[in-house]
Amino acid sequence: MTVADALPARETGGPTNGEIAVRVRGLVNRFGPKTVHEDLDLDMRKGEVLGVIGGSGTGKSVLLRSIVGLHTPNAGEIEVFGQKITTLSRAERIKVERRWGVMFQDGALFSTLTVRENVMAPMVEHTRIPAPLMRELADLKIRLAGLELEAAPKRPSDLSGGMRKRAALARALALDPELLFLDEPTAGLDPIGAGKFDELVRSLSNALGLTVFLVTHDLDTLAATCDRVAVLSDGKVLAIGPLDEVRENPHPWIQEYFSGPRGRAAVR
Amino acid sequence: MASSSTRFQVDAAADGRQVLSIFGDWTVFTVAEVEEKLRQSKITPEAILDVSGLGRIDTSGAYLIDRAFGALDGIDDPITIQGEHPSIVRVLGRVRKASPAAPPDPPRVPGMIALLDRAGRGAVQAWTEFTGLLSFIGETMATMWRLVLNPRRIRWKSVVAVMEDAGLDALPIVCFLSFFIGLVIAFIGANLLAMFNASVFTVELVAIGMLREFGAVLTAILLAGRTDSAFTAQIGAMKMRQEIDAMRTIGLDPMEALVAPRLIALLLMTPLLTFAATLAGIAGGMVAAWSAMDISPQMFLSRFQEVVPPRHFWVGIAKAPVFAIVVAMVGCRQGLLVEGDVVSLGRRTTTAVVQAIFLVIAIDAMFAVLYYMLNV
Repeated sequence: MTVADALPARETGGPTNGEIAVRVRGLVNRFGPKTVHEDLDLDMRKGEVLGVIGGSGTGKSVLLRSIVGLHTPNAGEIEVFGQKITTLSRAERIKVERRWGVMFQDGALFSTLTVRENVMAPMVEHTRIPAPLMRELADLKIRLAGLELEAAPKRPSDLSGGMRKRAALARALALDPELLFLDEPTAGLDPIGAGKFDELVRSLSNALGLTVFLVTHDLDTLAATCDRVAVLSDGKVLAIGPLDEVRENPHPWIQEYFSGPRGRAAVR
Repeated sequence: MASSSTRFQVDAAADGRQVLSIFGDWTVFTVAEVEEKLRQSKITPEAILDVSGLGRIDTSGAYLIDRAFGALDGIDDPITIQGEHPSIVRVLGRVRKASPAAPPDPPRVPGMIALLDRAGRGAVQAWTEFTGLLSFIGETMATMWRLVLNPRRIRWKSVVAVMEDAGLDALPIVCFLSFFIGLVIAFIGANLLAMFNASVFTVELVAIGMLREFGAVLTAILLAGRTDSAFTAQIGAMKMRQEIDAMRTIGLDPMEALVAPRLIALLLMTPLLTFAATLAGIAGGMVAAWSAMDISPQMFLSRFQEVVPPRHFWVGIAKAPVFAIVVAMVGCRQGLLVEGDVVSLGRRTTTAVVQAIFLVIAIDAMFAVLYYMLNV
């Protein structure tokens, strides 16, 4: 795209000293004849909340899945905390996995377990905490995620959509990760619930110093939580930077995205 | 910076207040080492927290400290902190806001009462399953009656699809297994009847056994295992994804669109499969008789025609439609009973197969009694 060439992705001040948490270089992802990512580069700094936006089918979720290792890219390098995740041995991978938490779009809670057991699952796997303390810590995470403890003994199928998202967040927080991946955390929530979720993500990232990779379609979420925004289009990162800066990018998709009626209302 | 070994110590400060000094990393991976000791050491809420030796801290570590200062007992005084640390204040603050109240212990029911409780629930459940199945069959019959009055509403496309899926595709396995059963019966008969010098009665044994019982029952059991689970899983998955609800809102009757085609297809295919199974079984018996007893196929068939009256065929094939109804009804009903989660899909599929096989054998026994009384 000519416009993108004229205005390359700009790097501006984030919240911290600029240490890199995730570095993606030359990522290529193809599904059959369809190319989703073509030579994609992305840097994510420690301590920032990075919002990833883009039209449907631009590979936001594929990018997330590539970074956390659920999808093997056709080419490219991905470094998390300075380690190339594609070439790590099993033991080293587990060490890295313990430092991140992933929250999937529909929660992906284990339906045979209660909410509390869901939150305890990563702790059971990775730590040797005695059971009573583990229960208490799980309850703490559930409360941290903004759920009442009445939800703890329930099964995911007995929860509402919003509660399921919070339970999924609690599970993602179970090991106190430094890096949190959220895939459309506010999709399907009512505006009040979505707003509360935004506040929650922001306050958690402030208090716990989390680095957050946030895939979203929700302009309000973008405005309320993100330090920087990355726009995916044509298989590349079209623009990256603080929201106000990205908005000024003349690329037609970005202009349409932000100056449509919904865009204007959210970032006003 | 601090050493990485997680530990703490309690001293008395000059003014008599306690000082809790914490060292090393206090994270979810290390708190297990100090939990026990920290709980046993009595920390007063007024104590001072010295964090100058603290390494990394996360919410789990902060929770432990907060608990030691009595946050769980309702004490909400801010903790006095001494020393410098980049994040302790924020993390402690966030954890304090979310600290759970002391969790209540779940009530425990004594073993004997729990046993009786489960037995009672099981009995009631068995009864409601039975009445539920009867009412579902009634509902289906009402739907079928509507379709008879208005046959243009029958979805022949689905009917044919199910006929292929549950009927034609099941043909090889049904014939194969039936062939082996016929073989086995013939071999048992060969040894047993040879003791009385009556090997030739093997023909009657195989023919009557296959015609009256095994053709129909074997087919029904295979359908129960193969087709019933498929029905439950298909309809259950649709139920989970709210497709059934969507059908209702656009005026499609799931009974008419999903249940009736499956029932019609099985009603048509089960007798045919039973017929094929019977033939295969007799062929199996014939092969065994030929190889083990030198009864040639010609001799087998001519004796078959002489001594086996055709009513045995009708006795067997008459059961096929009944089994078809059982299999279709149980499978569809369990599918429609699936709830929103994956567990219930698995449970319902299991229930469907178990229930169908149970009913097939129970109904077969009732047929046996009935035929005995009717003397056929």
